Amino acid sequence: MSTLLLLVVFLPFLSALVLGLTYLFDTHKRVNEKFYTILGVAVPILVTILSFVIVLDLMSHSSTTVVTAVAFNWLSIDSFHIDLAFVADPLSAVMISFITFIGTLIHIYAAAYMSSDQGFGKFFSYFNLFLGSMLLLVLASNPIIMFIGWELVGLVSYLLIGFYNKEYENVTAANKAFIVNRVGDFGFIIGLGILFVAMGDNGFTFADIKENIYAIDNHTLTLVGIFLFIGAMGKSAQIPLYVWLPDAMAGPTPVSALIHAATMVTAGVYMVARFSFLYNEIPQVGEFIAIIGVSSALFAAIIASYQSDIKKILAYSTMSQLGYMFVAVGLGAYSAGIFHVFTHAFFKALLFMGAGAVIIALHHEQNIFKMGSLKKALPLVYITMFIATLAISGIPPFAGFFSKDAILNHAFMSEHYTIWVLGVITAFLTAFYMFRMLFIVFVADMKNNHIEHKALSKALTYPLIVLAIGATFAGFLGANEAYGGSDLFKSFISLNDINYSISHSTEYMLGFVNVLVSLLGVTLAYKYFRTSPQEPLPNKRVRTLIINKFYVDELYDRLFVQNLRSLSNFFNKTVDEKLIDGFINNVVHLNLYVASKFTSLQNGKIQHYSIYLLSGVSMMSLLLIYILEVR
Amino acid sequence: MNPDNFLYLSIILFAIGLIGIISRKNLFVIYMSIELMLSSVNLVLATFSRVHSEHDGAVIALLMIAVIAAEAAIFLALIVYLYKNTKTIDSEAFTQLSHKRGAK
Repeated sequence: MSTLLLLVVFLPFLSALVLGLTYLFDTHKRVNEKFYTILGVAVPILVTILSFVIVLDLMSHSSTTVVTAVAFNWLSIDSFHIDLAFVADPLSAVMISFITFIGTLIHIYAAAYMSSDQGFGKFFSYFNLFLGSMLLLVLASNPIIMFIGWELVGLVSYLLIGFYNKEYENVTAANKAFIVNRVGDFGFIIGLGILFVAMGDNGFTFADIKENIYAIDNHTLTLVGIFLFIGAMGKSAQIPLYVWLPDAMAGPTPVSALIHAATMVTAGVYMVARFSFLYNEIPQVGEFIAIIGVSSALFAAIIASYQSDIKKILAYSTMSQLGYMFVAVGLGAYSAGIFHVFTHAFFKALLFMGAGAVIIALHHEQNIFKMGSLKKALPLVYITMFIATLAISGIPPFAGFFSKDAILNHAFMSEHYTIWVLGVITAFLTAFYMFRMLFIVFVADMKNNHIEHKALSKALTYPLIVLAIGATFAGFLGANEAYGGSDLFKSFISLNDINYSISHSTEYMLGFVNVLVSLLGVTLAYKYFRTSPQEPLPNKRVRTLIINKFYVDELYDRLFVQNLRSLSNFFNKTVDEKLIDGFINNVVHLNLYVASKFTSLQNGKIQHYSIYLLSGVSMMSLLLIYILEVR
Repeated sequence: MNPDNFLYLSIILFAIGLIGIISRKNLFVIYMSIELMLSSVNLVLATFSRVHSEHDGAVIALLMIAVIAAEAAIFLALIVYLYKNTKTIDSEAFTQLSHKRGAK
């Protein structure tokens, strides 16, 4: 088993290396796209199979068994060792199984989406690297190796968001993602540092930290918890570090699907769940996380309701759903949070790939108000997108219902009623904006719809079907007793949840409320956008505010970017040019001046030279006389 | 005989030679000044050899006379060569080693 685990992590890195080198040395484009496709897709498939084998193996044993694998000793300082080691416990096994599975589908989809692109090989190299980095992050046995994966994910997201690097905006978006993530990562590494110091000589693997967590005092733990969460804010796009996520849509659509469904953004939620033993000790930080989560969820949902770019709507919906996940992990419902990550991966990948198919079919049109009545032209995309929309809106029996229900129930039962109310409002808005998008793109009649549709290849559509099946049935894995399930998911990953007993009647009541608000949202969307939708105009003050995304980008620009820029200008123009350059220039000028005086001594005249010689010898003679004290 | 007189003479000869090198421009005169200085040094050597009644100084003085003779041949040949090339034996005309490139 441990060999398999090593292969799971190293195969994607290896193939990324091979693909990258092939692309680099293939300057004349002799290597066929088929080579890249076969290698780039085969490895994820293989890794998926291996992951499933590991999950099945873990399932057949008791819940405390873990698969460990040590690749090599990475760092050894005196008696302190950091191994490049991997652990597959139920939590990470669940993560890798859906990451690899959905990752594979996105790889297949990308092979069709990116075909005949100049950088095809480069793209697949990055893609495999992305998958490998995420697996490294998830399987790491200690926080330091996890941090390596964490950083690699940030790097590859930068490379992929700026993949179309001929255009300035894309590069800016990539830079933005990278820099904002860096802010979060700084928090993460501070948190790790404090934890490391607090741990002393007790080792630094997750198991060691879990064992010795009681020895650390509560203040330190609070600091660690907050700083680690700052890292999660950056990676998982929560207020206030979410600004990179909408701009990250500059990358190709498969990249968006991979970032939003399988990799990257789920890392923050996973990290909090991985440190669940730590966050259980500090419920006050957990509450803070939940508040940040629910405000991000509501905030993103409000913005998404007024967007007109199909990918931006989906980006904000991801942020909103991530908010739910943080509510769950913040309030101690770790398995519910991870369950939402799991179901969300299916329908969000499906939504992005469906959106990508629409964009391809319409020759790279992204404004939903220029689409319309695509139902007949793209029936398969319509049906699968419809399923995904039902799932994300939380309509039973689709996957999203069960996970969202579990989260909201937990918020209600832990007596965080404000969070619960805001969560329900977000659920309403989610249904509203998702169906708004669906109706506008596929159902509504648009007058200006003269675009010819491009046929879609099978590789673009078949993954949609697989994901639609997943989005329909994945929820049953975690259905609790009230809905006739047996909480399979929760009992398998067995995290240290805080549990509340809940009667079936309360549960039905809460579930009913959720379904009701979702249906309300659907009805509202149907009423306004079924027939002839209008693009929202910034003609009212509130609407202007929302369409401009609450001017947060502008605020950040004013607060950070411009101040930083003027500071840089100050250092560039004043400190560097005047002070440092000025000092050095003055030294140079002084030297030149002195040298010009001395050069006039060297005039080539014998007489002068002989005088110098004479005076030199005289000086030396006098000196000798003085030293030797000759009288 | 008082050796001091010999030393005074050699100091006077050396000073004359030095002043000649510094103040005159004619290469021949400069050359003669150099010879004068060398001779004054020889005189010092011979004097001290005599004072200490050892022969080391006298031997070196003899060796130096031989070297000076060889040097004279080279020096005169050089001056003749320079004159052939530049039609002058003014030392100020030869300033190729000054910091200004190409200055004559």
